[in-house]
Amino acid sequence: MSQPVKVGLFVTCLVDLFRPTVGFAAVKLLEEAGCEVHVPVSQTCCGQPAWNSGDRDDTADIAKEVIKAFEDFDYVVAPSGSCAGMLSKHYPELFEGVQVWDERSRAFAAKVHELVSFLTDVMGVQSVEARLDATVTYHDSCSGLRELGIRAQPRKLLQSVEGLELKEMNNANVCCGFGGTFAVKYSDISNAIVTEKTGNIDKAEADLLLAGDLGCLLNMAGKLRRSGSKTEVRHVAEVLAGMIDTPPIGGKG
Amino acid sequence: MHITSPQFKQNAKAALADEQLQRSLTHVRKNFIDKRAKAAAALPEFEALRDNAAAIKNHVLENLDAYLEIFESNVISNGGKVHWAATAGDARGLILDICRKAGARTVTKGKSMISEEIGLNEFLENAGIEPVETDLGEYIIQLRGESPSHIIAPAVHVNMDQVRDDFRRVHTHLPPDREMSEPESLLKEARGILRDRFIKADVGITGANFLVAETGTTIIVTNEGNGDLTQTLPRVHVVIASIEKIVPTLEDMSQIMRVLARSATGQEMSVYTTLSSGPRRKGDPDGPDEFHVVLLDNGRSDMLGTEFQDMLRCIRCGACMNHCPVYHAIGGHAYGWVYPGPMGSVLTPQFIGVEKGGQLPNASTFCGRCEEVCPMRIPLPKLMRHWREQEFSGHLTPPAQRRNLKAWAWLAKRPKLYHVATRLAARGLWLLGGRNRRTGFLPFAGAWTRHRDMPTPEGSTFLAQWRKHTGAGGNAS
Repeated sequence: MSQPVKVGLFVTCLVDLFRPTVGFAAVKLLEEAGCEVHVPVSQTCCGQPAWNSGDRDDTADIAKEVIKAFEDFDYVVAPSGSCAGMLSKHYPELFEGVQVWDERSRAFAAKVHELVSFLTDVMGVQSVEARLDATVTYHDSCSGLRELGIRAQPRKLLQSVEGLELKEMNNANVCCGFGGTFAVKYSDISNAIVTEKTGNIDKAEADLLLAGDLGCLLNMAGKLRRSGSKTEVRHVAEVLAGMIDTPPIGGKG
Repeated sequence: MHITSPQFKQNAKAALADEQLQRSLTHVRKNFIDKRAKAAAALPEFEALRDNAAAIKNHVLENLDAYLEIFESNVISNGGKVHWAATAGDARGLILDICRKAGARTVTKGKSMISEEIGLNEFLENAGIEPVETDLGEYIIQLRGESPSHIIAPAVHVNMDQVRDDFRRVHTHLPPDREMSEPESLLKEARGILRDRFIKADVGITGANFLVAETGTTIIVTNEGNGDLTQTLPRVHVVIASIEKIVPTLEDMSQIMRVLARSATGQEMSVYTTLSSGPRRKGDPDGPDEFHVVLLDNGRSDMLGTEFQDMLRCIRCGACMNHCPVYHAIGGHAYGWVYPGPMGSVLTPQFIGVEKGGQLPNASTFCGRCEEVCPMRIPLPKLMRHWREQEFSGHLTPPAQRRNLKAWAWLAKRPKLYHVATRLAARGLWLLGGRNRRTGFLPFAGAWTRHRDMPTPEGSTFLAQWRKHTGAGGNAS
């Protein structure tokens, strides 16, 4: 019998802190796909806040720890296009021309995948065993969409969820205005962008909004709740794993 | 031009509250995007053309000095003159000299962002020479005493009612009861007035979309035909262009042309593509007696060989701002200098200094849509990040922000301590959220909760639960 695929789960700092359910959903989906899931408990964050603030030194310190903790697995998987993009695209950029780490970060980067696209593109998952009687609309988070080309994969797996109906919103591929620290540094502009986004979400008249990145989801959920919208919010992995007992993001339990 | 980039946040706030501006911006939010998408989709080789266009410009930038000298010698052999301007001030001075020698009282102008960059209009006015903008959008904002809010649609922030009011205010020699209800009537009125100005002008100043080295030709692409009248009717034609506009051959120019209009307005080609190769020759039916090209550096050669060299591939199509959620929200004036949107956020700190322009590259979500549509494949988010790096290493990042970041990074590098902190935060925020599972008030995060709630955590962190779940062993490694 062949060795099981060893996957290191990079939980991401936001899932760790705000939404552990997404982490457990990821574990379930990966195990169902036949992976052996490992969770290095020394992990903290991918370093993106430092990287996007222009702080290369701290980013490099953090990145080296991530690489050391994860480079021995067959694959590294994160339930976030943004963090997976940081690990797979920006680490090699960060270490370009740096002795040892240039090569090491490239080898590491080649193993990194976002969760849903890993399931479909690497593990060949065609469908999931889940049921949800609801209409859902899907937001394409920017990094996943533009850095990693994730668009069809989550929709494909969602189509296999029994009872689920996908209703596309207008401009699903337009930024929600989160942008990490942008949402706080330029909160007025961020608010204008997320207002446009939640307007499109409301027009889709779906029961549930899904996306693959918790940062965007916290932003959109925060705005939807503030504006009194009926649409509830979850990470796509929760629905695919059938783990919907936890109350929705920002919603009453 | 008066610089307000340091007050970017206040500018943005005012723009967001400006209802008229917000209505005008809906045009950018939709039309430009749909048209570009259609034009790109209609051309199977569009992606390959982008690669090709970027490669041509990369080659030029590696050999810029050589191509500029070839261009100069060909302009001279065509009977024209080339003037080298290291700074904006040099360019203004050179143009004023040319105008004075021509005894100019009025000059007509085709649309030129370089003219905006060097603040030419104000300078000429102060020297007693009247500049007349002949592009309709530029004409309107000149009447209004404004600067362009978009690099290809300078008056995109203005609506028709405002134009009507401006025309009534300025065109006082026309009957007050004239027909002004339709856009066509306003267009006709502007055309009538500009016709007169074209004929009376002593000097015509245009920009250039391309400078062709092999032929010494300058090229403008326009939609109104005003550029042609600007450069053929007066006795003297001055082209003001920055040095990176150069391409080696006409073939190279036509390659880049295939992505330019498609990316800008979704047209296959602009209505007019006008090639100027020197003054009127014997037997030519028309054309100027003198042909001058003012080549502006203004800090561009400093970008060569640096991480910002890629920015010099820019062909000023405007696609980046047309697709930018930040530009859509606030429009162009909030950026506070000449160039708005993502390209402006990279260029502005270069021209006015990162101390003054540093807000701009920070005001991006890095959504990457600009890079996705840039015909010259300029990695705009990466270049904005480079500015943030320069700010951070130069200690220009606001101190509070720097302290917070440093404290967070310090913690992120100490997993044990970090996990204690996140466990406490998960618990504390969970308590704060209560059964609502969200909070409308968060200490130290008022900027977030002013506009939206903060969903609260589930109560304990994933890693804490995982440790419990797997015990000491399991798959926890």
